[in-house]
Formats: sequence, C-alpha cells, structure tokens
Amino acid sequence: MTQPASTASSIRKCISGRVVPIRGNDIDTDRIIPARYLRTVTFDGLGEHVFEDDRVAEGHPFDNSSYAGAAILLANDNFGCGSSREHAPQALLRWGIQVFVAESFAEIFFGNCVSLGLPCLQASAADVDRLMARIEAEPTLVMQCDIEAQEVRFGADRIAATTPAGTRQQFLDGSWDALAQLLDEPAAIEAAAARLPYLNGF
Amino acid sequence: MSKNLFEKVWAAHSVRDLPSGQTQLFVGLHLIHEVTSPQAFQMLRERGLKVMHPERTFATVDHIIPTDMRDRPFLDALAEEMMVAIEDNARDFEIPLFGMNDQRQGIVHVIGPELGLTQPGMTIACGDSHTSTHGAFGAIAFGIGTSQVRDVLASQCMAMARPKVRRVEVNGTLGEGVYAKDVTLHVIGALGVKGGVGFAYEYAGEALDRMSMEERMTVCNMSIEGGARCGYVNPDETTFEYLEGRAHTPKGADFHRAVEWWKGIASGDGAGYDDVVQMDGGAIAPTVTWGINPGQSCSVDGTLPRPEDATGDAASIVEALQYMGFEGGQRIEGTPIEVAFIGSCTNSRISDLREAARVARGRKVASGVKALVVPGSHDVRDQAQAEGLDQVFRDAGFEWREAGCSMCLAMNPDKLQGRQMCASSSNRNFKGRQGSPTGRTLLMSPAMVAAAAINGKVTDVRDLLN
Repeated sequence: MTQPASTASSIRKCISGRVVPIRGNDIDTDRIIPARYLRTVTFDGLGEHVFEDDRVAEGHPFDNSSYAGAAILLANDNFGCGSSREHAPQALLRWGIQVFVAESFAEIFFGNCVSLGLPCLQASAADVDRLMARIEAEPTLVMQCDIEAQEVRFGADRIAATTPAGTRQQFLDGSWDALAQLLDEPAAIEAAAARLPYLNGF
Repeated sequence: MSKNLFEKVWAAHSVRDLPSGQTQLFVGLHLIHEVTSPQAFQMLRERGLKVMHPERTFATVDHIIPTDMRDRPFLDALAEEMMVAIEDNARDFEIPLFGMNDQRQGIVHVIGPELGLTQPGMTIACGDSHTSTHGAFGAIAFGIGTSQVRDVLASQCMAMARPKVRRVEVNGTLGEGVYAKDVTLHVIGALGVKGGVGFAYEYAGEALDRMSMEERMTVCNMSIEGGARCGYVNPDETTFEYLEGRAHTPKGADFHRAVEWWKGIASGDGAGYDDVVQMDGGAIAPTVTWGINPGQSCSVDGTLPRPEDATGDAASIVEALQYMGFEGGQRIEGTPIEVAFIGSCTNSRISDLREAARVARGRKVASGVKALVVPGSHDVRDQAQAEGLDQVFRDAGFEWREAGCSMCLAMNPDKLQGRQMCASSSNRNFKGRQGSPTGRTLLMSPAMVAAAAINGKVTDVRDLLN
C-alpha cells in the first residue's frame, strides 16, 4: 500500500532545539559521511559515523558535549555539495538533526533533505555569522526554527530564514514525501509516456 | 523567441504540476547501481510497490567492485552483501542487470552512452551526482538521492522544480595538450563550485562543437562540481554518428526518424537563456587543482593563491593549503606525487586512454610511484587491449585493471594510504575522497596524470607530447 500523502507526524511547522554550528563553506557529503560507510544495504547506524574523518582533529563540534543532543545544524555556504549520497542527511538525521539553517545548500542535498522531512532554511551570511558567534558563546541556547513564519528565533533575537514557498507548504501540510503524489494520477504518467517519440518507435 | 533544448525536453516530459509548485517529470531512462539502490528497493517492498517500467531501468555494478581480484564472494563481506542485494533486486523486480562478468558492465556513466541507452531529448536519472555526464547527448540528466530512486522506480517520475538555464560558451581553439578536463576545470574555477546552483548548464561554442562525444561527456560530467544539477550539449552530427549502430540505438528507418526528432529538440537559433557566459578556449592551459574542491585550480605553470591576497573566501584557501601541505604563492608544477590514477566516470574512455598512452609510450613510471589505469567498461578495456594500449601502460610500469570506479571514491580496495599525493583523472579532490582521511588529490587530465606518473611530479604534459 502506498502511504498517505501526509500524516499528523509529518507536519513540520516549528522545530525547537539546541544548535550545533559547523563552520566553513563547501562542506561536502564525503566529509559528512565518508564513502567507506556507504558499503551497506540499509541506513542504520550511519549516525555514529557523521563527520568521522573531520572528528579526528580535536574540538569538532560533534564531539563537544555542549552540543550533544542538538536538533539544529547551523552551517555556512554551499552545505552538502558533492556526492548525491542520501546517506549524508540520513546520517545527520540519525545523529539527531531535524532541521538545517545555512547561508546556502547544494541542490541534491536540499532535495534529499526534503524527501526525508528535514527542512533546510536559508539565512544571510551576516545573520549566520552572528548566530554562530552567539551559539559558540552560549551552546545551550535553544532556538526556534519557524518554518511557517520563515524565521529563526533565539532569545529576544530573530533572523529571516527562508525556504521556497512550495517547499514550505510541503512541510506545513506534511506532504514532503513526494511518492504518494507521484502515484496519484497514473493515467497522466501513461499519457506522458505515450507522447514521447523515443518510447513509441519515433 | 525559439526555445532552448532544456525547455523543450522539460515540456515534453512534464506529467503535471504538483501542489508544491514542482513539476512531475517523466524519466525516460533510469540507471541504477549497487550503492544507492538497495534502500530504495527496501522502501518499495515496505510499501508493496512494483517497479513501474522495469524495461526503462538498467542496473550495473561499478562503485564497490574490486578492479583486480574479482572472485566471489568478495573478501569484503559488506561489498559482497551489496552485490547480492542488487542481484536479488534485479531478479525480483525484473530489471536487466549488467553484472560484473557481463560484457556490458562498466561505470554506469560510461556504459549508458556506450550501449546507446543514452539518447538526445531524454530525461535520465541515476542515484549518482555524475549523471550529468549523459547531457553530452542533449539529454537532461539528473543525479538523485535514494528516496528519489525509490520515486522513479515506483512511478517512473520525479518531483522537481525547473532550474534556470545558463549558456556557457567556450570559443576559440584549444591548444595542444589542452583537453576537455582542462575546459571543465577552467569553467568551474571561473564560475565557482556553487556558481551553477539553480541552473542547468548548456555548454556551447566552437570548442564544444569540435569536441568528440567522449570529450563532451567529460565536460558535462563535472557540471555538478560547479553546482549545476545538470549540463548538456546540443545534439549534432557528432552525436548522431556516435549513436548509429549501438546496441540500443534505433535501427534503419527508425534511426533516421530519430535523428529528425533529435535535431528538432536542439536549442533553436535565437533561443533565450537566463544567463550567458563566454570564455576563450584558446586561453585555457593544462589545469591542475591544488585544493580541496574542484574550483581550487590553476594552470600547470601557475602559482597557488596567497590567502592574504584573496578577494573572496580566504579561510577556504587557508584550510586547503593546510590540508594539502602547500604554501601560498608556490608553483604547482614540480609537486611530487606518489600515486597516479587514470580512470573514473570523468576520464576512463578509450580516447582518454589513447592520450595517456601517447605520453606513457616508451617511458617508465618514476620509481616510488604507484600508477594504475582503470578502463571505464569491459568494452573500453577490450578496445584498449585490441590497440595494444594495455601493453604500453604495462611496459611503462602502470597496473592495468578491470572496469570500475576504483580509486575515485574509496568504496573498493583501491585507496590512498596516509597522506599520499595522487595525480588523478577523477572528479573530486575533497578531503579524504580517495580513501585515506588525510590523502591528497590533484585533479588533472589523463594525459597530465600520465606525465606526472612518468616524472614523479606534476608536469606540463606539453613538454612530453613533442
């Protein structure tokens, strides 16, 4: 049976939690989950290996007990670039991340996150900088990522944090898992196939 | 105003508009491999779904397979489990599988074109970011994640927002010793690793017009390294000539009708674009990366940037120099290497091996350098052997391997050790990419890799071609 397009548990309006900051532009998915952990037929257990090779160096935020239990990952520019491996957001999800805030995201990573119900919110470089400094000074700060209001609140402060209107709506009504919609109108799929010359002997 | 190829192909494959504002896009060809598909099949089983068009789906194995000892079961039990999974899934869901010993096996982005599966005007999806390769034929080809692989298996469709289209014109004539790899590294260097986010790239201009299909594949392959989800070249006589007679290409009168349709989907004269950039191909030199992303490159006779002079992201330069063990301002030429890798979906085709063999012929790999050549497919291997290229490489001291992804991505036994410096014809120089968490990668053309292997250091291949 196909799952319903949306359920109460799939709605993402506002996600609150502590924040783990990952500084640096162009953090690629090989760094998020090294390829050797892709030798698996499930996504189970990937959370243990997030940023494993970066964490060899001392002081990685994922090893800092102040950030343990964080639900929000804060990053700079072009986060998640490189390999299309869904193992990257799957690993972060299994570590406990529920929402991302960054200057920008690589597109395949963004799409993979949507498929998993993980909102990616985009904020200005200046706001991300300010937020990173604040979190580093006060790691236990709880932040609200408000997908509906398109803003992030922390203490008395707030910044704009946006996602495209269609994506926002998918999170608000819980319809981010596209498959049910894609299967909604099989006749339309057949009609599209019937129009394509290369499927019909040119 | 006439339409560009992207607009035409998108419109032809649009099933309907989704409530999210995305388009439901029909996928004409779905390629799968052993790494990103097992979880997708598991999701189908959990939801009780079938593969909607198994006859439009083709599977092969490339990422995890060894390129030397290929006996089953593999020594790596995890790799063996993945092989069994794709064999079971292909059988259960009635998908053709080009297994390890099948003549049609190879790197998924090498065999699609080779078998004539990849054709102009198609939409193509594969759970691999280098799916953009197939755009060389005038197809719109997207790399996708595993949940989207599930979507395509179940519905033959994907949900996607339409990107903008940027025309990237490379004009002029490429110099001797300057290859498609240099063009793509140059484009990424100029536009940045995130310059293409939100765009499809249409590659055009005299340099692209003159390129063979294999060279165009190299350029399109690395679109994703510039942030573009896909890249393509308009189909022309070079495209049709390449396709005629291949296993899955239409035959006889069908082929002629196909060519007429393919011509019709090319961007029209005066087609509009969201952006156009122009570059002078004649100004491109053999190019080498010095950093930890493919945008951090310079010409082989150039020098590394100094962070203190940087106008952009100085922190990224500092991080890259530190990881690579380089100093700002130093020359890249002469950098000692320990490993030389010729292969990957970017540069493992017969023309790549011919150019590398031109350099290797009659020479010897420098002592202390481990050098390997990994053909992209069984067919490439056989063609190279028929031309005696394997012997040229072996005589020079290169290892000659079986087809697979090999040292591009560290999911099989071919890996860097420790801080080894590798001259590589692959596509990513990310930290740890080639299998050692501290390993270092210098991306360059296959001919440049051969030159580096011979001299034991980064070398201007033009010095060895004369």
